[in-house]
Amino acid sequence: MLSAEIIYGLTGVGLFTLGLRATLLQASLLARILAINVCGAGVFLMFVSIAYQGLAQMQVPDPVPHALVLTGIVVAVSATALALALGRRLRESKDE
Amino acid sequence: MNPLLWMLLDLLLAAMLLGLGWAAVATRDLKRGLALFIAFGLLLALAWARLRAPDLALAEAAIGAGIAGALLLAALRSEPQDGQPAAAPSRVFLLTLNLFSVLLAVAIAWALLSALAMGDGVRLAQAVTEHLSQSGVSNPVTAVLLNFRAYDTLLELAVILSAVLGVLALGPARPGYRLPGPVLYGLIRWLVPLLIVTGGYLLWVGAHAPGGAFQAGATLAAAAVLLRLGGVDAAGLPAAVVSRWLLAAGLLAFLAVGLLVTAFGYGFVQYPPDLAAGLILVIESAATLSIAVALALAYIGGWPSRRAQSGSLHTHTTEGGTH
Amino acid sequence: MIDVVAVGLICIGIGFFAAGSIGLLRLPDLHSRLHALTKADNLGLGLVALGIALVTGSLVIALKLILIWLLVLAASAASANLIARHALDRREQP
Repeated sequence: MLSAEIIYGLTGVGLFTLGLRATLLQASLLARILAINVCGAGVFLMFVSIAYQGLAQMQVPDPVPHALVLTGIVVAVSATALALALGRRLRESKDE
Repeated sequence: MNPLLWMLLDLLLAAMLLGLGWAAVATRDLKRGLALFIAFGLLLALAWARLRAPDLALAEAAIGAGIAGALLLAALRSEPQDGQPAAAPSRVFLLTLNLFSVLLAVAIAWALLSALAMGDGVRLAQAVTEHLSQSGVSNPVTAVLLNFRAYDTLLELAVILSAVLGVLALGPARPGYRLPGPVLYGLIRWLVPLLIVTGGYLLWVGAHAPGGAFQAGATLAAAAVLLRLGGVDAAGLPAAVVSRWLLAAGLLAFLAVGLLVTAFGYGFVQYPPDLAAGLILVIESAATLSIAVALALAYIGGWPSRRAQSGSLHTHTTEGGTH
Repeated sequence: MIDVVAVGLICIGIGFFAAGSIGLLRLPDLHSRLHALTKADNLGLGLVALGIALVTGSLVIALKLILIWLLVLAASAASANLIARHALDRREQP
């Protein structure tokens, strides 16, 4: 019987790798930024799987990884915004 | 519920996550990829709910799927796609990359599984539950974010601030949207006040239930995105002078509270237990506004144009023109 | 008794969801797809929400579920309208 933390943890590994592969493979900047976001989702999923394992020990999942992932989600979106702004500037300076 | 049924549900959700993630990054059509990415974010929120992380589910639905999707869609709209695809990668490169990906996946999976197998080690969760009563809040995630690991959150607010400063420095704002039709206009009129109320509720409830500054800020930012889509260029943000202060308010309030307690003999951001609840609420309220303004400005892509700052949804509609 | 009604409602709701999804996949053009998707899914969601509301036994949760349904109704009506309008605009000016 596969436990939930193993299923979701391995899903996280899969998402991380396929995101990383696409980041290296894609040509368009926007597609790369999208792929990095999928990559990050994979990392978050691994963290939360490890947190979920705490359920067996203390009836609640470990809140510390949850807090880290919450910070991670917000940082990921601000990094995405910055990357998109940089990309836009790059394209504009090429057009000139 | 039957454990076998749970496992089937987990496998189904995991397969859908992997399938959508794969489809989102593999498609050549970026618009399709983005739509799939937003769907992926919503499913991820479902996975967080399943893994008993409701705080994350709220944040993912609002930020990961909502704001990030809106950001990427806005970028796609203003950037004409270069029609011809880049030269296909060479066979050798593709082979190496695939080999590397598989090896990496196996290595990480091995590391993860051995970490999971160790299982019953000492968890920080024990320390959190022991000290939760002194933290001023009863939601353990909020306690970790705003009290036990307050340094992390302080620096995170600094990261968000600097990312937005980067966006503002690179900007001018993206062009706004034309005026909405009556249906979207009606929806916005109803949804924006509702989102503001929901934001306030999430901020307040974060002390003892899932929610908090990040979710509340993202909800307010969603209202701003909606306003902008409805043709309000300033997206409901106050004048630039006020917005600048709001943008910095979270970090400033955090630093001020952190330093203030040192005057009474406590460590930096080490709150006296009796006052912790109030101090956390002050910091969270300021952080909510900062995050909302930061995400809204990141979506706009720069300072909104002067002309629109005096306008509101109503005056725009009565003008009746498009821009 | 309530459980039976709730399960029945949820099953009918799922049926509507399935019909909507099949319509999305099988129908020929955008407008009929939108028609299938919005009508069937909204009804499906309403029935599922009603079924869950019956078994929770809590008025607050039931009201929350109804609120969610109403919000989804409004959002899906508006987005269907936007998609259809966009498609019409495109057709007029090729």
